[in-house]
Amino acid sequence: MVEILKYDIVILGSGLAGLRAAFQAALTSKDRLRIAVVSKLHAMRSHSVSAEGGISAVLYPKEMNDSIDLHAYDTVKGSDFLADQDAVELLVKLVPEEIRFFDHLGTPWSRRPDGRIAQRPFGGMSVPRAVFAADKTGFFMMSTLYDNLLRFNNVDIYHENMATSILMENGMFRGVTAIDMATGEFRVFLGKAGIIATGGAGRVYSFVTVANSSTGDGIAMAYRAGIPIKDMEFVQFHPTGMVPSGVLITEAARGEGGYLINKEGERFLKRYAPQKMELAPRDIISRAIMTEIKEGRGFVQEESGLEHVLLDLRHLGEEKINERLPMIRELSKKLIGVDPVSEPIPVRPTTHYTMGGVHTDTYGQVMLDESTRIPNLWAAGEAACVSIHGANRLGSNSLGETVVWGRLTGEAAAQYAMRTPDTVLQVSSTLDEAIKREESRVFDKLLHVESAAENPYDIREELQTTMDKKVGVFRDQRGLEEAWSTIKRLKERFSRARVENRTRIYNNNLRDFIELSFMLDIAEIIVVGALNRTESRGAHYRLDYPKRDDVNWLKHTLVYYRRGEPPSISYIPVRITRWAPEERKY
Amino acid sequence: MAEKGKGYKSVIIKVKRYDPGKGFYDSEYNVKISRYSTVLDALLSIIEKQDPTLAVRYSCRMGICGSCGMIINGVPRLACETNIMGLGVDKIYVEPMYNLKIVRDLVVDASDFFKKHRSVKPYLIRKDEEEQFRAAEEYRQTPEQLENFLPFAYCIKCGLCVAACPVVAEKPGFLGPQALAQAYRWYADSRDQGGISRLELVDSFDGVWSCEFAGSCSRVCPKGVDPAFAIQILKTEIFKKKLIKR
Repeated sequence: MVEILKYDIVILGSGLAGLRAAFQAALTSKDRLRIAVVSKLHAMRSHSVSAEGGISAVLYPKEMNDSIDLHAYDTVKGSDFLADQDAVELLVKLVPEEIRFFDHLGTPWSRRPDGRIAQRPFGGMSVPRAVFAADKTGFFMMSTLYDNLLRFNNVDIYHENMATSILMENGMFRGVTAIDMATGEFRVFLGKAGIIATGGAGRVYSFVTVANSSTGDGIAMAYRAGIPIKDMEFVQFHPTGMVPSGVLITEAARGEGGYLINKEGERFLKRYAPQKMELAPRDIISRAIMTEIKEGRGFVQEESGLEHVLLDLRHLGEEKINERLPMIRELSKKLIGVDPVSEPIPVRPTTHYTMGGVHTDTYGQVMLDESTRIPNLWAAGEAACVSIHGANRLGSNSLGETVVWGRLTGEAAAQYAMRTPDTVLQVSSTLDEAIKREESRVFDKLLHVESAAENPYDIREELQTTMDKKVGVFRDQRGLEEAWSTIKRLKERFSRARVENRTRIYNNNLRDFIELSFMLDIAEIIVVGALNRTESRGAHYRLDYPKRDDVNWLKHTLVYYRRGEPPSISYIPVRITRWAPEERKY
Repeated sequence: MAEKGKGYKSVIIKVKRYDPGKGFYDSEYNVKISRYSTVLDALLSIIEKQDPTLAVRYSCRMGICGSCGMIINGVPRLACETNIMGLGVDKIYVEPMYNLKIVRDLVVDASDFFKKHRSVKPYLIRKDEEEQFRAAEEYRQTPEQLENFLPFAYCIKCGLCVAACPVVAEKPGFLGPQALAQAYRWYADSRDQGGISRLELVDSFDGVWSCEFAGSCSRVCPKGVDPAFAIQILKTEIFKKKLIKR
């Protein structure tokens, strides 16, 4: 018997967006609603904890000579004019409240001597407005938010429940199927309303900043449920991933004054972004580094074979490094034995953030096309594409996105659930059949494939290497076509792969297998979008189409799943309110 | 990273395994590692290439999510931060964390651990809850006030301190170093108004008074939280309040 768990709101994912949504729904409903947070990890361990540098907000406009209009303009320009400007205006308006909200929960924001909240410079921001908590901003926000969620008796946190599919019926969200890792039991979470907050999909690549868990599960599940996925070709490559692991060296290291140096000891960015130098937006710096490497001015690390440049922090001095950048000093020493006080750190562009995701409207409600909304489903955080970041995200805007849309979707889902009677939480015979089919798909077919099996980990490695090589910082027609062929071949091999591990108890092998099925879909969505977009914009750079083309391409890509056929693509316009596209120079 | 070409050598990883059906048993693996390889890299390489039945909990691989706590050559450590060549030996013995129930292999049950943490009310308490959630302006807090509690806020809930604590081993009801350190973290935050009620929560034998100041918790904490110190301060604070009452 499949266990059916009934809730008013089911939140898929437990990062900053998911937990903020849960908190807001609990606050708004004052004990009247039952909320489930479903996470494949221990909820407090979501990838949000890795965020380092900061969260930008206009806190003290008069004093800092700042304005929400300027924050909005910086963001729109940073997005290479693909961002939906009404969404950007919403972000900049609401994020200052979120900073204060998080302070009221107990977040240890770094402070100025007068007790107000400190702010620092960040890439692409005209004014120093990144609020931070040492260099572990995401960790402290997550830890504070998770701890405060424990106040509520009506929020049930399901740790290590691996979701396998989103259940839809008659164009409405019904619930989520999942495996309880501890027991191997298959169960269903039914909800009056649902929120997808499962984060990004960086792990389809090989050299990445993101946690092993960032496999894009919610995006892939939404895709399979018939929901369009938007702008996935825009993948952010963060300029400074530590070599050889890919672990992030925060942009704040450059914000505090670090230099990027090539093999000739040159601060090469003067040739690419003479004004902003190391604080130009990420896409520009990543391309600069890869160009330096391509033209032979990079270093090669022996063990991994990875080519890189250097991030030099020595001139900042030990005191400043310990005060502002303690975590990266610790990481650099622990993971590669390099002390940034005395040695430069080897860095290389690394997959970091997914600008694309589940298609939503300005307030996070999931949409099926340009105008049709799903009445009871929302998406927030990196898993969603509103779009705030367009073709390139500015650092310190992602933390803002998670909590603003966490709040908005939590509020909206709560209002919806409070108006909806409990009778909707019945399992119709159609739904029951869908559940049985899914259970069979996960267990019978996955665990009992007998024929000469492929090793799923080999398939995963080949997928990741292919994406790194052919769908990276620089792309072209041939590389993208080859990548797509490879993905199709890998999908075929995957159909002959087997889960070796038969245990019911904590089967991480089965979890990895399910994640791989999601990753293969995600990779295809990215490649198809990239292949069709014959221009360069933001993080998507085509060697064969190096210019931005606003006449033909000022639009968002929507990719739809088509059973047994290639994905179908359509396009929708960008919402421009105040800032007409202009040349993007730094 | 493990398993490529140049600069790699072989080591033996022995894992203490557990399966509810089989009980305890050991598995031994040969793994190729480089000077950058961590214990987690080696374990993942084993799962991917040799034995997909090995159960391990992990995620961030950068020492911040707290998933991969385990006992490595007798010491509670995060696998992702333990450099293998740095251990200086070619044979590495890996066990699940002590003092926690085992689910399978290296994966332990954290539910009791989470419950104890929740019991100390690890969130900001304000007298006026309505005001608290209508964040118009930030609460002021100077850098000095921040320093008073910040080190204790670094807790990533990895459980290594609990695995190391000799009292937890003997007394399953003991709140333990993680929960007690967090009780102090909130007590010491200048914005918190929980005051004496926070001390009352831990003023018991299952609270601070079973701590014998072994200090193993602070020894193994990967984030420098120093729970032992936090617990002694709590004891001092409780004493001070009791003396004042007389």
